[in-house]
Amino acid sequence: MNILVCVKQVPDTMEVKIDEENNRLIRDGVPYTVNPFDSNAVELAVRMKERYGACVTVLSMGPVQASESLRECLAVGADDAFLISGREFGGSDTLATSRVLSEGIKKIAANKGIGAFDLILCGRQSSDSDTAQVGPETAEFLAIPQVTYATDIEKTDAGFIVTQAADGRINRLSVTAPCLVTIGKIAGFPRYSNMMSKIASMSAAVPVLSAEDLPAVNPETVGLLGSPTKMTGMQAPKKMKSGEILDGGMGEIIPRVAEILADQGFI
Amino acid sequence: MGYILSEESQKLVAMVRDFCDKEIVKQCKEFDISGAFPAEIMKKCNEMQLNLIELPKKYGGPGLDWITIAAIYEELGRADAGVASTLATNTMLMKVLFKFGTEEQAANYCELLKRGGYSTFALTEAQAGSDAANTLTVADKDGDDYVLNGAKAFASNGGIADVHGIFALTDKTAGTKGLTAFLVEKERAGMKVGQEENKMGIRLSNTTSLFLENVRVPASNVIGQEGKGFSMAMQTLDAQRIVTAAITIGIAQRGLEEAAAYAKQRVTFGQPINRNQAVQFMLADMDIKIETARQMIVHAFTLLQNGTRCTREASIAKCYTADIAMEVATDAVQIVGGYGYSRDYPVEKLMRDAKVFQILEGTNQIQRMIIGGQFLR
Repeated sequence: MNILVCVKQVPDTMEVKIDEENNRLIRDGVPYTVNPFDSNAVELAVRMKERYGACVTVLSMGPVQASESLRECLAVGADDAFLISGREFGGSDTLATSRVLSEGIKKIAANKGIGAFDLILCGRQSSDSDTAQVGPETAEFLAIPQVTYATDIEKTDAGFIVTQAADGRINRLSVTAPCLVTIGKIAGFPRYSNMMSKIASMSAAVPVLSAEDLPAVNPETVGLLGSPTKMTGMQAPKKMKSGEILDGGMGEIIPRVAEILADQGFI
Repeated sequence: MGYILSEESQKLVAMVRDFCDKEIVKQCKEFDISGAFPAEIMKKCNEMQLNLIELPKKYGGPGLDWITIAAIYEELGRADAGVASTLATNTMLMKVLFKFGTEEQAANYCELLKRGGYSTFALTEAQAGSDAANTLTVADKDGDDYVLNGAKAFASNGGIADVHGIFALTDKTAGTKGLTAFLVEKERAGMKVGQEENKMGIRLSNTTSLFLENVRVPASNVIGQEGKGFSMAMQTLDAQRIVTAAITIGIAQRGLEEAAAYAKQRVTFGQPINRNQAVQFMLADMDIKIETARQMIVHAFTLLQNGTRCTREASIAKCYTADIAMEVATDAVQIVGGYGYSRDYPVEKLMRDAKVFQILEGTNQIQRMIIGGQFLR
């Protein structure tokens, strides 16, 4: 079985700063990590590899430094990793990104001589843009069936049984291979990498696919210009004033609480 | 952090810190109170291969340099010195086997480690701590076997060990020169584990007495040569003392971090207490001591890495680090004040944990005898 997992490198911080001039996230000096739902997808893929036997490939589209996140995936059990990177792809919206990813997936499958990946996994949505569109759109470009919001996958002879958490109920859906499944919460937590796999991942090759490697992608349909979604504005949520923490014994705190309530006109 | 590390090593250390913060720092409190062995935490440490950090590539380990190993032990010590001690104790027997054991003994031991196994390094006895010549445990030759009788005290990992490193007299008249090191598997008839010590600190580590009653082992279980046990132990203790110092510096570093964070948010007389120069100077002195000790560790490990004898430097690093860790942890409690004395805050544990490092692996008085001894020659 061949599994491909799409992963996105996202800022590893709760305090995202925005450049108000060009409506972009300020990325300098911000630590990065693998999008948490993508980590779940990688974990599920590696569990399937352990259970059924599989080759797990991870793929990302992004700047060169996204290879670091791919290495994190290699350190927790993925077998190989590819990065799609190039200026042409910068500023792609979800549609353009899905277009490029789908061509990348086809190209990698062809290079591996496997025809098509049996199973493609994506995180349900990314923590930085939260659209939940890239997975479904990629499935459409590949013209394969899709299941979203999955929590678990079992292999069957013809395909997979996918457990899906949606609208307060659990669905069990049968889907034929090849297919694409987006992953939400899973049982347990993604594993840690261990010392040896971490060390091995640091020197692992992460081949980069450029626009030249993906001739099927029409340059006019990717990047900022090829993206129908335009960002017209972005603002950070207004900061709430932090509360006051009262310290000390009850004898000090209680009169102070009364004083505050009186100052505010509540009592 | 005062280590000059390669980018790869920095990533490894960051990985260990992330793991420690998520899986040890909070979880250890329950076991510190109960004194129970933290089996789940140790299982996760072993899955992370933190039990293999000193394993050379030759035996399927990561083959890390000593400075990276120091930085990793510091992270473990910063999280919980008991967990760190359990992992480090395993490497004592390993160091003896690598240097003096047969290839088969070393390889078997590495396989045990990889399976998540544990070992002891049982030299100490009730009446023989600093003074190893007082050892009473004996090993009598009987045909091709040896028969061991005696009792060991304060054996770290005693109750969880799969194999014990036992130092016993094969020549009762020769003092430390009559000591021989044996591998004794826990299944050997007559090998018994005594009661667990109810320790003041490093409560997540398991410490017991061991009893040997007519324990029969084949001659192939002798490590190195007969009568060389004490010499072998001393020769491997240099590296182990620096490892211990690295764990200890983690305790001190944690104390500084906790105290500094508290001093920043604790308000008295209308301002955070870190605005008071008296507190600032305490924090500064803690930092000065920690960085000084850390550089001693780096220096001693640099000598070891280069194959230079470092007995003096290892003793200085062990002794100074343990002393300043005790001082720093005490000052951390002082800065956190009444709350610092409470078990609800983490600093009192650091004080309890730090104390044992002035005692174990050669008390700080023994370290001073080693350091001072050079002036008698």
